[in-house]
Amino acid sequence: MEVSNTIFSDKPVIVSYDGTWYGLLTAVFDAYSKKWNVSGFSVIDRESQSDFFAEKVVVVTDEAKAQRVWLGLKKKVPKENCIQLYRCYLSEIAGIELTIFSCIKFYFSGFDSPHLAYGNPDVLKVNQTSKMVYREKHRMEAFVRFQRTADDLYYAGIEPDFNVIPLLNEHFAERYADQNWLIYDIKRKYGIYYDQNKVEEITLDFSNDAGAKTSVKDVFHDSETLYQELWQNYFKNVNIPSRRNIKLHVQHVPKRYWKHLIEKK
Amino acid sequence: MSERLHEKLEILADAAKYDVSCSSSGSKRKNHNKGLGEATGSGICHTYTEDGRCVSLLKILLTNHCIFDCAYCVTRKSNDIKRAAFTVQEVVDLTMNFYRRNYIEGLFLSSGIFKNANYTMERLVSVAKKLRTENKFNGYIHLKTIPGASDELMHEAGLWADRLSVNIEIPTESGLKLLAPDKNIKDMIEPMTYLKKEIIRTKEESKIFKSAPLFAPAGQSTQMIIGASGESDKDIMHTANKFYKGFNLKRVYYSGYVPISNDNRLPGLGSAVPVLRENRLYQTDWLMRFYGFHVQELLNDQFPNLDPEIDPKLSWALRNMAFFPVDVNTADLQLILRVPGIGVQSAQKIVGARRFNKLGWDHLKKIGIALNRAKYFITCNSPITDRKDYTEAKIRQFILNESRSKFLTNGGQQYNLFG
Repeated sequence: MEVSNTIFSDKPVIVSYDGTWYGLLTAVFDAYSKKWNVSGFSVIDRESQSDFFAEKVVVVTDEAKAQRVWLGLKKKVPKENCIQLYRCYLSEIAGIELTIFSCIKFYFSGFDSPHLAYGNPDVLKVNQTSKMVYREKHRMEAFVRFQRTADDLYYAGIEPDFNVIPLLNEHFAERYADQNWLIYDIKRKYGIYYDQNKVEEITLDFSNDAGAKTSVKDVFHDSETLYQELWQNYFKNVNIPSRRNIKLHVQHVPKRYWKHLIEKK
Repeated sequence: MSERLHEKLEILADAAKYDVSCSSSGSKRKNHNKGLGEATGSGICHTYTEDGRCVSLLKILLTNHCIFDCAYCVTRKSNDIKRAAFTVQEVVDLTMNFYRRNYIEGLFLSSGIFKNANYTMERLVSVAKKLRTENKFNGYIHLKTIPGASDELMHEAGLWADRLSVNIEIPTESGLKLLAPDKNIKDMIEPMTYLKKEIIRTKEESKIFKSAPLFAPAGQSTQMIIGASGESDKDIMHTANKFYKGFNLKRVYYSGYVPISNDNRLPGLGSAVPVLRENRLYQTDWLMRFYGFHVQELLNDQFPNLDPEIDPKLSWALRNMAFFPVDVNTADLQLILRVPGIGVQSAQKIVGARRFNKLGWDHLKKIGIALNRAKYFITCNSPITDRKDYTEAKIRQFILNESRSKFLTNGGQQYNLFG
């Protein structure tokens, strides 16, 4: 593998980047400016399907190049449509980078208001994927359940389908400005912590704490059990049994989220 | 102590659940003092009950003691039930602690009427005031205003709450007289009129003075009980229309009557909740507010009731076949909005996308319109068309056949299609 600038434009290439958003934008910059015939993207050190007929190029993340793509986009389409591309990236869906690349290329192709071209398959795909990620973000804003610990931290574990943590800090920092909180993605092993001042990305090492046999009583605040039970009780009593509609209930609160929802335990 | 609190919550949440409003949207309260919460967005449903309704607010009564005897109400004074009352501090603590754990968007506080209207209203206002001032709470607060409460109290309620509501409960005046002899329509209209005036006045003020205090920024709403007094759909929606137009209401809610007694003025215990009818009324409400339909087009003397089998837009389209076909590649947005199977977002997408290329069936399908209904009413960039001069009865039959299974599973308990 080598960084190459001498690719013939008709030869298909797989663009390899470091998996970050800036990395992807850098890759878009190089591929676009050097007119590569991109057949796919892959993340360095991550296994991916190989394409024997395509050459592999490694792109070195360059913030300046990434910024140029981002600022250029902002001139072509509304901010919401730029953010849509970022949300697609967070979906981690296999092959989504190629859709993002094709969509950006179309946005730069000179049409007036290109983001409204819902007849274009890439624009439509970006719209729909972004919507899925946005919905997951919205669900996390709804389904996060903080538990107050003995040292006054409000902790919530989540396992979202998509990597939505980067989309959550603003909402929670604004809303829970006067309490320390931590939202942790158990699947992706990182989270965001707020100390009433700023939000930080953190990773936790559970190996020590989890091993030690601390009882729930020691970990959580004295009032925690009371409020969890009151909430469960409330949830039970606002239901109207004669209107029971479990299908609708499960549609709104899919089962995969239940294990972190106090009221569904 | 916690046992008593549990019991109060059981009784007072149970009594409040028949109020269907749970919306926490439309406000613009920021977390301006680094306190707790905000109410700026479109509101979040934090969970859903097993009947499929959104839970956004802690919805409780302050007390279910009541001096009134409204037949349709579970807390009416003649009903032999357990009574309870929260203290102001208990409601404040519950709200703060639920909010901190991200269970809720805020508080919806209502109450049975004890002693008199002002005494009750005063207690409701003091909960909201305590939350806002002592606890720096900026989450959503919806207060029920008690019919007959003084203007001063209404004013103070507006200063602390995001939304205020007076429930009209029964859509016709005669129905109200029959079922709620202690209430009169004047006591409900007066606070609505006052609130409308105040909301408009404070809005004007805030244009001049940036620092003018918020006054019920999410406006006012009301609720009607459906199916308790033999009213027609036309009665309901024309009343709703009057409230939207005359009082600038943000929302009118329709609550299917849940039988709670064997009072012979009402549908008896065991009769089904009119869930499907409720759904049709909400669809009509949406058509009036977002699709440019006038209530008269949907419900009038000739068609006083909605069709339970098909949605009101389709029903209107079948009565007005002369409007169609609509050419999606050239027609105005307003016309596209009238096509069955095309929603507001899809209509906007169509208008945006057709500048790039003429849209065919495939495009329309991907954009997300419901072709099974829309195809009979549109033309697009394709020689193939399903408009073969079918009669309206035929179209209706086609559409019903395709969606019959859904009707049988969801609406089967109420409407017997073969009956």
